[in-house]
Order: sequence, then structure tokens, then C-alpha cells
Amino acid sequence: MNLAAILRIAMRALARNKLRSALTMLGIIIGVGAVIAMVSVGQGAQQQAQDQIAAMGSNILFVGSGTVTRGGMRMGWGATKTLVYDDMSAILRESPAVKAAAPGSQSSAQVVFGNDNWATQINGTEPQYFEIRNWPFQEGGPFSQNDVEMAANVAVIGETVRKNLFGATDPIGETIRINNLPFKVVGVLASKGTSAAMGQDQDDVIVVPLTTLQKKITGQDWLRWIMVSAVSRDASYAAQQQITGLLRDRHRIRAGQDDDFMVRNLADMAELADQQARLFTILLASIASISLLVGGIGIMNIMLVSVTERTREIGIRMAIGATEADVQQQFLIESIVLSLIGGVIGIIVGLGSSYMITHTLGWPVLVSTTAIFTAALFSAAVGIFFGFYPARKAARLDPIEALRYE
Amino acid sequence: MVTASRPDLSDSGQTQLKAVIRTEDVHKYYELGETRVHALRGVSVEIKTGEFVAIMGASGSGKSTFMNILGCLDKPSSGEYLLDGINVSKLSKNELAHIRNQKIGFVFQGFNLLSRTTALENVELPTLYAHITRAEGQKRAREALQLVGLGDRTLHFPSQLSGGQQQRVAIARALVNQPSLLLADEPTGNLDSRTSIEIMDVLQKLNEKGLTIVLVTHEPDISTFAKRTIQFRDGKIRHDELVAERPVAAEVLRQMPVLED
Repeated sequence: MNLAAILRIAMRALARNKLRSALTMLGIIIGVGAVIAMVSVGQGAQQQAQDQIAAMGSNILFVGSGTVTRGGMRMGWGATKTLVYDDMSAILRESPAVKAAAPGSQSSAQVVFGNDNWATQINGTEPQYFEIRNWPFQEGGPFSQNDVEMAANVAVIGETVRKNLFGATDPIGETIRINNLPFKVVGVLASKGTSAAMGQDQDDVIVVPLTTLQKKITGQDWLRWIMVSAVSRDASYAAQQQITGLLRDRHRIRAGQDDDFMVRNLADMAELADQQARLFTILLASIASISLLVGGIGIMNIMLVSVTERTREIGIRMAIGATEADVQQQFLIESIVLSLIGGVIGIIVGLGSSYMITHTLGWPVLVSTTAIFTAALFSAAVGIFFGFYPARKAARLDPIEALRYE
Repeated sequence: MVTASRPDLSDSGQTQLKAVIRTEDVHKYYELGETRVHALRGVSVEIKTGEFVAIMGASGSGKSTFMNILGCLDKPSSGEYLLDGINVSKLSKNELAHIRNQKIGFVFQGFNLLSRTTALENVELPTLYAHITRAEGQKRAREALQLVGLGDRTLHFPSQLSGGQQQRVAIARALVNQPSLLLADEPTGNLDSRTSIEIMDVLQKLNEKGLTIVLVTHEPDISTFAKRTIQFRDGKIRHDELVAERPVAAEVLRQMPVLED
């Protein structure tokens, strides 16, 4: 029997029980739709992570003050006081792979403007920080090196802070109070959005001169971090090696002892974020695949019912010359058609829900053709796998028994 | 007992015709748990082209088993069965399916048409398993329906047809691949007496055109429409004789009063 004839018979058999076929397909539709929507969400997150890290610059290294053990108690990152301004000067002087560096310390404080107040993170650094992080201004500009030397009360604010404190007011030139000290706003940073790698709002920040933070707010003279840019992306690993060696030397750490600082390469972090997002995608896809599996079991169930119901038909077909292979093909094609149609509708549903997720929840969604093809292939595979046993059962029927079946 | 050594049992002038069916000492056993049921105990028979044979017998006589073997739905446990000169007792399942498709037309008691499938498509069904084009299959199906007088009912569903019409669709389906043998298993079992004779009329006319027919029935008056009757009892042939006074179904119909509801 040729394929066109088998397909015609399959379509007719499915059309005979429209509601049942539709309900059986629903399992596959939901399964395929869920796989496509979930993979799209996962890949959207992955893409966003990659984009953000690319925007930060992959030649950036982050040097943080490290952990120490005091009396058997291990303190967290940032607990040491050994990272100092001279370390940065030494890095700039002695590491040929390093192009620029900015020192940093941080604190958190309640910030007040007029009747509004807002708790946020205060970063103290030097003007080159904005260049290293490649962070443009939407209004105003950075404070100057002179401000740093004078420990001036000037501040650059992030978009989230601007929104919460100023609303419609133009913040440039206004005075905000940080820990009751007046600061003049000189610039507003462009929005960077939520960091996929760190999971925090990068715009919820105020940047002030390092000296101002150290002398007037925290009273600490050590650094929490140094932001370093390597001369090129390829040089970032060399820079990491050089900085590690240099700082171990300067901090007099003997061989075998742990570092009292950490050096993070953003290329590494990008990889980590990418890995996490990929894991997330796989997790979502596996959960969605379970519904596809359940859909497949639904197909098998209905095909088994169908074989039993149509025992007499199978007997007739065999009596008039259908071979075992003919009967098996007929039922297998029926379940494949069922799952393929379900798969195609599922793809449409999946695309629709991806679109809805982007537009109602605002999540980034990336629909990949790979996901669509995989889902389509998978649904066909489900049809073959779960249709095989019922089809085999049909083909193995004894025509005499089948003809006698009531 | 009929064997090949006794020629000229059927119509005179057909001696030179080849045998459509020849069985030699066919036995059939079934294993039912620990007991062995001996359904056929050595059946030898020869049926030639153009014959119209009625197989009679009570239930349990072995006639259904013999019918299944003749129809290539079952194989003999021992002995030989030659259909059109082919020894089918040696064939594989696939080859048997092909033989059923090409050489045998089945007509059943319960019609066995596919429901929600038009008469034309039902008749077309055997051609789907033969290696012919769809157009050719449909053409043959139309011709077969015309032959049984249903040329105007091609697009009716079985549920829209009377019992006699359904059985005629089944006969058309049996004829569509131009078989060597028409096997009818109690074809009138579900029909009233007038419709039964109408079906016998169709079969007699087909036989006149040269089709070999084997009819299984337990109704003696139906068997008289055949040319020859074979009686089964206890898995063996008891009587094998020509029908002496064979009525012509068309004549009987003409004399029959039409029942008014």
C-alpha cells in the first residue's frame, strides 16, 4: 500500500473520532508548546546574560579583598583590610598587561532628597571607573580627579535612585543628603538594568569620590575592590596572573597559603553566567519534556483502545489481503499523524506563549529554530515510540479470531 | 469421497478444466490446554473452475475449519492444499495475505463492511493492498458495484443500505480483484428468506459467468441453489453429491409473493 493511501486512511480514522483525536493531540500540543516556550525563556535569559557581560567588557578584571580565618572562624569575602590604595598603584606600575585601574570601597546608606528617601549602595571610586566599566551618562558627567583630591561632596546617581528620589525633577545641581551630609548631584548614569550574572539591580547605586567615602562616611582607609582593565581581551588572563603574583608578594603570602584577596576575570564570570543560564534552560526543558512524555502515553492509551475497538476491521483487512506490515504501518502512521499534527499546533502555541511572555511579563525570550525543529522531531519520535506497541499488537492479531470479535 | 481419480463428478464438459481447489488428506488439530481437538480428519476434495459448491454440516462438523483453510486464513496441520496449483500449505504469512488478496473473495455472514465508509470505498479496499493505481482501483470498484446492481449507491454508507444491499456490497468487494474463488460463509444467515434468494440469484448469475463459488451454509434449501453439496460430519466428508433438482433463484423470486408491511 502506498503512503498516500495509508495517510488517507489514517486521516479518515482520526476524523471518525474527532473529540477523542483532539483530546489526545492536546497532550502533545501542551508538551511541545511547553518545551518551546520554556526553551525560549531559558535561551532568552542566556542571551541577556551574554549581552550584559559583553556590554561590561570582557577585558575587565575584578580584584576584591579576600577572606581571612580568625580563631578558626572564616570570614566572608571583603573581610580583610589588606587591600590598599598602594596595591592599585603597584598594579598599574608593574603589570604590563594592565591598562587602567580604579580603586573602590562601598557602603550602604539612607539617602534623602526633599521628602523622599531611599536606601541604596554607595560606591567610592575615582573618575576612570566609569571609563573602565564603559558606563555612559544620561545627564551631567563624572566627578573630577580634583574632587577626589579635595574629598568633595559630589555624587553620581544611578537610574533607580533618580527615579525614586527625583521623579520628574531634574537632579543635576540638586543636593541630596547621605548620612546627613549634603552631596551635590553632578551626573546621572545611563540605565544598565538588572545584571543577569549577579542578579542585582546595577542602577540602584550612588557613586562618590573614594576619598569622600573613606573619610566622611566609612572611616576606613582600605579598599574593598579594584576594577582593572587589561590591554586587550586576550591579555586578561595574563593580567590575572600578574596581579595575583604581585599581590601575594606585596601581602607577603607564603607558598601554600591561601590568597587574602580574589581576582575575578569577567570572561570567567561570563562563562559562569552562561553555564547557569544553560542549566536553567535544560531544567526548564526537562520539566516541559515530562508533559510531552505524558502526552505520548496518552497517544499509546488511545491507540490501544482503538486497536481493540477496531479488531473486526483489522480482521476484515487481513482477510482481504492486508499483510502484518500493512496493518502495523496503518496504526503507526495514525499515531505519527496524531502526534505530528499535535506537534505543529504545539509549535504555534509555543510561539504564541513565548510572545505573550515577552509582552506581559517583560522577560527576554529567544525563540530558536533549533528548539522548534527538536520539538517537531521529538513529537514524531513520540508518535513512533508510543504507537509502535499498539501497532504491533494490531498486526499480531489472528485474522480468524479478529473476524469473530464482537 | 471425491478424489482426483474420480473425474467428471461436476458438470460434464468440465473434465479438462483445472482444479481451483485440491486438498489431499488435510488434518487440523487444535491444542486446547491439555486436550487436542481433531477438527479435520483427512479431507480430500477437488473443486474445478466454474463449480458452485455448498458445504453443509452442523456446528462442530469441521466445516468452518475447512472454510478457514480454503480461505488461507489458516494452514492445515498435515496434508496438502493446492489453490490454483499453488501449494499454499507451504507459504509464509505474507504470501498467504497476497494469495487472499489476489485469488480469494470473502463474503461473510455479518457482511463485515467498514462502517462510516462509503460503498465505493469498501469495495475499493482490496485494491489498496494490490499493486494497482488508485484510479484503476476505483474504476474496478465501480464496475463491481454495477455488477451486483448497486451502481447508483456508490456513495451510500452501510448504515444507509438494507441488509441485502450491504451483502451485495460485500460481494462486490469480494469480486474487485477478480479472484479465482468466491468463498461465502453463511452469506444469507442474517437475511430474510426473500433477500436470501436475491443473494443466491446474484451468486448464481456470477457462477454462470464462470466464477467458482464455495458456499458454507447450514440451511438445506439454500444449499440447493448450488450445483454440488458436500456434507461434513465429525471432521470428515460424509456425502458429496450433485444437486438433482436445482432451482433457479430468479424463477423462485418471480413466483414469490411480495410481502407487504
